[in-house]
Amino acid sequence: MTMTNTGNKDTRSGFGAGLYELGTLNPNVVALCADLTGSLKMEKFAESFPDRFFQTGIAEANMMGVAAGMAVTGRIPFAGTFAEFATGRVYDQLRQSVCYSQANVKIAASHAGITLGEDGATHQTMEDLALARALPHMTVVNPCDYNQTRLATLAAAAWEGPLYLRFGRPSVPNFTPVDGPFEIGKAWMIQPGEDLTILATGHLVWEAYEALKILAQKGIRAELINIHTIKPLDEKAIIESALKTGAVVTAEEHLVTGGLGEAVAGLLARHHPVPLRMVAMEDGFGQSGTPAQLMDLYGLNAAGIVAKASELRIR
Amino acid sequence: MIPKTPHSIPDLTSQIRRDIIRMVSAAKSGHPGGSLGSTDFLTVLFAEFLDQDPARWRRDGKNADMFFLSIGHISPLYYSLLARMGYFPVKELATFRQLGSRLQGHPSIENGLPGVHVASGSLGQGLSIACGAALSKRLAGDPHRVYVLLGDGESEEGQVWEAAMFAAHHKISNLTAITDWNGQQIDGPVEEIGGVGDLNAKWTAFGWRVLECDGHNPDDIRNTYRKAAEPGDKPVMILMHTNMGQGVDFMTGSHKWHGKAPSAEQEALALAQLKETLGDF
Repeated sequence: MTMTNTGNKDTRSGFGAGLYELGTLNPNVVALCADLTGSLKMEKFAESFPDRFFQTGIAEANMMGVAAGMAVTGRIPFAGTFAEFATGRVYDQLRQSVCYSQANVKIAASHAGITLGEDGATHQTMEDLALARALPHMTVVNPCDYNQTRLATLAAAAWEGPLYLRFGRPSVPNFTPVDGPFEIGKAWMIQPGEDLTILATGHLVWEAYEALKILAQKGIRAELINIHTIKPLDEKAIIESALKTGAVVTAEEHLVTGGLGEAVAGLLARHHPVPLRMVAMEDGFGQSGTPAQLMDLYGLNAAGIVAKASELRIR
Repeated sequence: MIPKTPHSIPDLTSQIRRDIIRMVSAAKSGHPGGSLGSTDFLTVLFAEFLDQDPARWRRDGKNADMFFLSIGHISPLYYSLLARMGYFPVKELATFRQLGSRLQGHPSIENGLPGVHVASGSLGQGLSIACGAALSKRLAGDPHRVYVLLGDGESEEGQVWEAAMFAAHHKISNLTAITDWNGQQIDGPVEEIGGVGDLNAKWTAFGWRVLECDGHNPDDIRNTYRKAAEPGDKPVMILMHTNMGQGVDFMTGSHKWHGKAPSAEQEALALAQLKETLGDF
């Protein structure tokens, strides 16, 4: 289908909008934030539902535990902080208090990936999908634009069980339809094609859409599928597409290690091995720069996707 | 008081201590020291104070008191106490640490064990969870209390103090935390290993109402639980002075029995000191 950028917006604002809507819809929804309320666009929820908003201060481990206690008692808590602090800093809390305890906590992980930009590598987690994926019982969702992040936030509240919701800081094209489709665990076919499958997640989906046009000029009819749910992976959709095209490129704002690419590689290795290339950052830390500079430097854009596609022999 | 058992506290604590020794001996692993040390005050809590019906226990704790065990390694005590109070069959204690058991080495909810709200074992996490549950109860207008048991060695974990600050800041006054202050941890005396120091001064400085109690004296324990439940705007910390290994002479007061099972000979020696009051499992 044809996509149009209706104006750049940040995905974190999609989360903030979705969270506020949830506040109006469901009295069981509560929110916690570790001193980043403005950054995560949680102010409207906090101001509108002060009884249901809990400022935890800069104490993420405690926040995850408090959220788990609220979940056990029947609330639907959204615990918000930067993705780095929502995974690496609190891994054992996510593992024992949330996942092993089957606590219905929603982890709102903002400023994920390299597009956090100028703050540099201390805050740019490129490992969080791997960490979140590895946790038993954890569902992992990485929406691609404002509209999809809003829908993912609404869907997260209705989803039973721990869920890692990953979104970002920069303003990026907002192009997905306001009413979806969006269903957790169900891949979204954006454009069918015959020659090559592109599986993209997060900020790379728009880049992949741009890449389609470049590839078309080269006579390659690529199929673009949005994998917004990294876990559980929509195995059927991915295998069917690989069977059809025989070549796959994955695209994500994450390290190669443990992200979408390796998840897809593992799946296809088990079921239908095909030539595969990963658009992802090689092992290493990021650095300060504008989001665009960094995505360009590490090849996480349309040109990078076209380059990787060109390495594949298209049948 | 909430009478929930026909058995006296001395009968219960003697049998529970026997259960602890027999469970750990049968499994050839587990943590007898802290389990024995916490038996008296935890039995009084469950038998006389915790407003919770074992037959109608719900994981969400709705309209009931809740108890969280942060020091998951004293699972032998926890399981025995729950079984003896009627949460699940006493005979299930024989499955402790066995393949397929609901009685995992450290508490788990994977197979739904009545009485257990969350997993615990990795230290430092229970107080935060209790804070969340207590806030949730306050939000619901549910007047019931939330209890949580920590260890003194556990208090070396930073998350405990994050939660300490949080609870006072949010005036979580429907929360009673207990620290088993036995002065021992795996590697030796707490003051040699981690140096938690003056816990009363620390919790007071963090904005809590602090009570101290002889954790082996039932009357002192009852009075302290009553005082803790008095209205106020602060969370309450009860510092329970206990002996690790209390009730078995050769285990008392030493860190060496923190996480070690007795031999068959030692098991017999221990059981000879503990009267079988309610029938062994």
